[in-house]
Amino acid sequence: MFKRKSEAATAAPAAPATYGIMAEFSDTDEIIHAAEKIREAGYTKVEAYTPIPVHGLDEALGHKPSRLPWLVLAGGLTGSSGLFAFMTWVNVVDYPMNIGGRPLFSWPAFIPITFEGMVLFSAFAAVFGLIFICGLPMPYHPVFNAPGFERASVDGFFLCIEAKDPQYNAANAKSLLQGLGAKAVHEFSE
Amino acid sequence: MQTSQKINQPVVEKLDELLAPGQTYASVSAKIGDIVLYPVLKTPWGWIGGIAIAGLLLMLYLYSLATLFTVGIGIWGINVPVAWGFDIINFVWWIGIGHAGTLISAILLLFRQDWRTSINRAAEAMTIFAVACAGIYPLVHTGRPWLDYWFLPYPSTLGMWPQFRSPLEWDVFAISTYATVSVLFWFVGLIPDLATLRDRAQHPVAKFFYGALSLGWRGAAKHWQRYEVASLILAGLSTPLVLSVHSIISFDFAVSQLPGWHVTVFPPYFVAGAVYCGFAMVILLMIPIRKLFGLEGLITLKHFDVMSKVMLASGLIVTYGYFGEIFYAWYSASIYEYFLIVNRTVGPYAWSYWALIIFNVLIPQLLWFKRFRTNLPILLVISVAINIGMWFERWVIIVLSLHRDFLPSSWDVYNPSFYDWATFIGSFGLFFVLFFLFIRLLPMITIFEVRDLVHKTAHKAHDQKGH
Repeated sequence: MFKRKSEAATAAPAAPATYGIMAEFSDTDEIIHAAEKIREAGYTKVEAYTPIPVHGLDEALGHKPSRLPWLVLAGGLTGSSGLFAFMTWVNVVDYPMNIGGRPLFSWPAFIPITFEGMVLFSAFAAVFGLIFICGLPMPYHPVFNAPGFERASVDGFFLCIEAKDPQYNAANAKSLLQGLGAKAVHEFSE
Repeated sequence: MQTSQKINQPVVEKLDELLAPGQTYASVSAKIGDIVLYPVLKTPWGWIGGIAIAGLLLMLYLYSLATLFTVGIGIWGINVPVAWGFDIINFVWWIGIGHAGTLISAILLLFRQDWRTSINRAAEAMTIFAVACAGIYPLVHTGRPWLDYWFLPYPSTLGMWPQFRSPLEWDVFAISTYATVSVLFWFVGLIPDLATLRDRAQHPVAKFFYGALSLGWRGAAKHWQRYEVASLILAGLSTPLVLSVHSIISFDFAVSQLPGWHVTVFPPYFVAGAVYCGFAMVILLMIPIRKLFGLEGLITLKHFDVMSKVMLASGLIVTYGYFGEIFYAWYSASIYEYFLIVNRTVGPYAWSYWALIIFNVLIPQLLWFKRFRTNLPILLVISVAINIGMWFERWVIIVLSLHRDFLPSSWDVYNPSFYDWATFIGSFGLFFVLFFLFIRLLPMITIFEVRDLVHKTAHKAHDQKGH
């Protein structure tokens, strides 16, 4: 991990590399429209940063649906089946206790805890899965260098074409974004 | 003319009532964020006075718990047969209050009710603090709280395991799961708002604090997409969870054979009662907060109107439960069930039963009228009445069933001691200290959802102008 970092540092030139070009839009419709046009123009490494979830923006940017639900399903199955099996083992095998002559494997009595285990493990999967898949916590990210980006959490709708896009050309990208009604366009570095 | 206009613009009018006119993304972000971000020295006196009083109550709470740990549960008024007293009454009461927060944040999210937006954060905070207050009671009522880890299934040198067929063990899992999931759901909801605070904060300490807590959230479209999926899933999980938690608590009673407890109606009846007093508590908290921080533009009369309607509906379910109990007493033909109702209505604790009927059944009938639903002083009084009424409900269920069960030779009376009252009143200290810290340190309204509401309102108005 550390080695890779130092290699990258030696390989990179002294000046910080360009991360991409960031355009600010005033509202949701403008940014969805712009995202569609940029995708039509052939750019692939494009991401939007918005203060509210914008419906339709992920489709416009070509993001695939999240696979988080599958992770949650796995968590839920683990929690419920794990706890049910554990309770069965405890009450039937390891510590059998005769209570009023009732069967040791009184499975209906295990259902409440099985259910709670399902919910608990699903919630863990949903929350920690979300944080992990999003790559958080990540206190530093190059987009924070973009001028005015602090408004991305208040009222700025930002669209970024990244420099690693094969088609990237600062001048072309800038004129395209300006043509799409961007309020401000800035190139920024890592 | 009036009607045709209404048909043409139903959504806008509904949304407009939830938000004062003229709000923008920046104005709502500033309005809510600045409550948290103003300098420490400019903290309003209302807040300082409030947390000071709450702090005193917290001292009382710690004092009574410390006495409990050193002397033992003999300091309480409990006896045999009334082995469950204030501890379990207060436990059920507090956890019931918590359920409204989950209901607002989860069930109303699934039903896409926009009015939840301004109140869900504070209601969720209320849930977590109420669950904290509730959870302490069953832990300390064991008498030897330092052995409470015995509740947990761990491979012990004693060679023993908890009894998974007992509702009391179900409680352990239900409450701990509920507390954990509530905290997780709350934190996920906070992440984008913490990022807003990070970006608005001026002071380096505040910047660092909110920056670290926001995990570096940057509002990427890909992240929002996953975020919304996760929120929806968490809401979908919390909805059955909140129903299961109070159902399991009602099993503590319903699975036993005591008259008045051994009834199948308990789970839905308990859940409705929880929602009932929980909403009353939300209203009780929101009326002064709205005033203190000038949030009239975000928490409107419409919110109180809708919450009152939920309160009325759940109150009617609870009322149905009271009639149901009387019906079983007659229909079961069990002399013990029959005697229970006689004892409740004319016995030594009849005053508490009738107080319950007045506070929970009669007074809330005022909520049928919009005049009262939107009159905040009256609503405040009704909410207090409901909270008292729901406390009496747990008192009636627990004490009145226990103190006179089957054999008259084992009957006794229950009188709460000073320490019972001190632990109860003191728990408000814990609740309010946490709540005051919350409103000072974290945004009490979900900022990004209010921004979304601003967006929806603007777009709906725009669309209608276009057509």
